[in-house]
Order: sequence, then C-alpha cells, then structure tokens
Amino acid sequence: MENISFDVKQGELFGLIGPDGAGKTTLFRILTTLLFADKGEATVAGYDVVKDYKKIRNSVGYMPGKFSLYQDLTVEENLEFFATIFGTTVEENYDLIKDIYVQIEPFKKRRAGKLSGGMKQKLALSCALIHKPKVLFLDEPTTGVDPVSRKEFWDMLKRLNDKGITTLVSTPYMDEASLCDRIALIQAGKILKIDSPANIIDQHEKQIFNVKAHDMHAVITDLKEFPGNESIYAFGEFVHYTHSNSDFSPENLKRYLSEKGHKDIRIEPTTPGIEDVFMDLARTKDLKPAANEV
Amino acid sequence: MKSEETVIEVENLTKKFGEFTAVNEISFKTYKGEIFGFLGANGAGKTTAMKMLIGISKPTSGEASVTGLDVYSQTDQIKRNIGYMSQRFSMYDDLTIKENITFFGGIYGLDRKTIKTKIQEIIESLGLKDVANKLVGALPLGWKQKLAFSVALIHDPKIVFLDEPTGGVDPITRRQFWELIYKQASHGTTVFVTTHYMDEAEYCDRVSIMVEGKIEALDTPENLKKEYMVDSMDGVFLKLARNIE
Repeated sequence: MENISFDVKQGELFGLIGPDGAGKTTLFRILTTLLFADKGEATVAGYDVVKDYKKIRNSVGYMPGKFSLYQDLTVEENLEFFATIFGTTVEENYDLIKDIYVQIEPFKKRRAGKLSGGMKQKLALSCALIHKPKVLFLDEPTTGVDPVSRKEFWDMLKRLNDKGITTLVSTPYMDEASLCDRIALIQAGKILKIDSPANIIDQHEKQIFNVKAHDMHAVITDLKEFPGNESIYAFGEFVHYTHSNSDFSPENLKRYLSEKGHKDIRIEPTTPGIEDVFMDLARTKDLKPAANEV
Repeated sequence: MKSEETVIEVENLTKKFGEFTAVNEISFKTYKGEIFGFLGANGAGKTTAMKMLIGISKPTSGEASVTGLDVYSQTDQIKRNIGYMSQRFSMYDDLTIKENITFFGGIYGLDRKTIKTKIQEIIESLGLKDVANKLVGALPLGWKQKLAFSVALIHDPKIVFLDEPTGGVDPITRRQFWELIYKQASHGTTVFVTTHYMDEAEYCDRVSIMVEGKIEALDTPENLKKEYMVDSMDGVFLKLARNIE
C-alpha cells in the first residue's frame, strides 16, 4: 500500500473494491490496529490507530475474510464468548443481531466448525456486532459466495447500515459497488478513484460500444486488429469496445467485421459500469500487478 | 471447434452421504472442444459432482465416463488423463516457475526433453521470461492462475476441469484468462468450468445449473435467457435458485 488517503463519514456504507492483492486486507488490519503502517496516520471513530489501539478495539467490529471463530465452541457459546469479552451480554444488543441470528438459531447447539459456509458467515457477523460497534469492518464477506447468497448478504448489510452503523466492506466483485454509498477503487496498493458509484460512472467520459456477432471469440481477435482500437473487453454476451479517438464510426467497424466474415453484427453505444471504469483506470495508470521481489 | 465426439457421459449419477443426497441422478454429456459451464449456488452439489468426475469420490449409483474411462473402475487412468486446476491449490509457492513446470511434468510422466520444450512454450506464451526463476509465491494471483492453467494442460489432456479459476482475479487478467480458455477450446480441448461470475457464464458454449443436487437447466446461454425471459445469465441464475425457497 502506498500513500493512501481517504475518509469515511459517520453512518456511511463504504466499499473498498479491488482484486486479490490490491491491499484491502492490509488496510483493514492497519485500521483495526492489528498491523503497523510504515508511514502515515489514521484514526478510527476519532481514535489514533497506534496510540489509542485499545479504545479502537473496543469500538469496532471486525469480520476477517477467513473464518476466525472458535470451531469447537457451539454457535451459542461463540456468541456469548464475544459478548462477554466486550463486557456486554447477548440480551443487551440482541436487537441489532436479531434479523441475522434468528436464521442460525435453530442450530445454536451445533459446533461452529460444523456449520455451512453461509451459516458461518452469519455467525461471524453476529459476533462482530454483539458489542454494538461504532464501525464495522467486513473483509471480503462475499468472496466465493454464489450470486444469490451474495445478494442476500448485501440486503442484510443495507438493513444494518440503516441502523446507523458505519460500515467498511471490501469485495473483489465489481457489481457489488453500486450498493455502497461511496467506494474506493483499489489496485496494486493504490487508490484509483473515490466517489459515489453514480458519480464515478457519470464522470467517465469514454464512449463504450457493445459489439456482438455470431462467433464472439473471433470478434475479440479481429477487434484487436482494427485500426484505432483502444480497449476490448468481453462483457457477458457483448464485447465492450472503446476507440482511441473521437472520429469513430460504427458503420466502419461493421463493414470491417463483415469483411472478416462475421454474421449478425450488432454495434450500439452503451453506458459504462464500475468494472469498465476500473479497467480503464487500471490500464491508463498502468497499475498492472507486478511480480514482487522476494 | 465443437464436435459430436463426447468427452464426458453422465447418466443418473448420484452421491449420497447417509440420508443426504448431495447429487441426485444427474445426466449430461460434454463434447470435444466444448466450454461447459457448471454452475450452482454454494451447497448445490457442484463440488461433489466434480469430485466423482475426476476420480476422487465413488458414486453411490449411476454411470459416468470421462474420456471413455469409467468413474468406478478406472479412476487412476482418469487422473492421468485429465487436467485439473482450482483456485485453492494451484502450484507450490516456494518453487520457481521453472521448477513447478518441471515438477508437474514429471508427475504426469513426461520425459526430460518434452519438459524442456514445455517450459519454453509456457514461459514464452505467457510472457514470463523475466520471472522464470522467481518463486511462484511472488507472482500476482492473476499470473499464478494463468500459469496454473498452462501447467494443468502440460500432458495435453482431452479435458481440463477448472474449479473457480478466476475467483478474486483482477478484471483485466480475468478476461485474459478467458482468452486462454477460448484458445485451448479451439484446439479441441474440452473445458469444464465452475464460476461465480455470471458474466463468465455467458462465455460458455453450454451451461448447466445445479439446484439442490439436480441439474435444473442445461442449454446455451442464449436459449436459457430466452426460456427464463431475462436478458442476462445473472437473471437466469437468480430465477432458478430463488424458486427453491
């Protein structure tokens, strides 16, 4: 991580969006006082991450990417354990976790290690919330989770955020960005952009075209040979194409592709998504991840 | 290109763990050169099904063959004849790129000369010349995954199984990875792939979606979108997985 600066406002749902190796976990560990930064300063809930580390630990909830509860304690025992070490009781803040905890309550006598992935996640979130933290840190809570369960998790997060808990969440899935109030796009230890998802998309000036034809792989190969091409990225059933200058004519491209033997060619302008912006920024700032020295 | 030659044939394949049926009478075929997407929610039975196909878990009932080899009686040959890579285990972090290629080439019984050629080929095609003697652990995830894919193909298998190969990989490298998949499929290798990125489901020739142990849908992305009247595979997936609740 290099020269990162940002702030998160009270009550915000703030997303750190970036692939593995971007530095998301390192940042979370510094902010939760588990790791020292080499340089720079940070405060969480008004406390300094170095001097006031004890106060921070009492006022934040942290759910690491790796399941870190006690596997051989039951669901109920884990929750009571975390309530006790934070000097509170399950009853005192039950309201906060109720929606989530009721879903795993039928299994409260089961050992945490025997839970399914989804249930582990709900228990971990309950444990991170039981002391009513001011700030909640969630490190990649949806990584490796299927699209349906991911959507359910975000609905849950939104409801929690509505209760006023400031939340920092990291994810490698670009489609989750739109659910945050503000996001930081992060790659290779640097922040590419910080703003609301809507603003980030509005400010993106490059016109993107959806290109589609019968044989999509051949389309990609041929687009790379098209004079003046700037970026060519597969996007679901389309290719997102940008041109290096403004005198682009879809008709020319269509002619070029049909001369190459393509059929059912469609070319139409489309609006960018967060992933388009991310790739454009990563490409133009040349932040392709490099091999580290060992 | 795709052909009529089958590479996997599965008929009523079932796996039970005690009372629980993880995989419930699934049937499908995959063809030479096909990119076959194997999707499903967590816990739908994908991993269990895949384990039977790669010869590391015995089915409870049903039939299946992979490259003509039986999943009950010829599991050792299956392991020798398929390629496999997953997000979790790809290569040895504390061996260099060259050492990893040599190691896996040796495991698959390639002779020294062939291994040497393979090292050249892989390093050149992935542009890894400058880092060939670096430890794999020092590479960014995206590079590791591209390398792991090439290593999974080192013995020229007819089929390669990819278990969430692009999880967590940055968006540009993720697309480069799929270009490798396309290229390999166009050479006639069948690619059997699982993913949680629904845009990647669109890149498959055909997609199957498992729900609670059964294959609930199997068709081209185009036909599935028509059938479920949605405009993306994400929509198909949400509709199918939602119906069970």
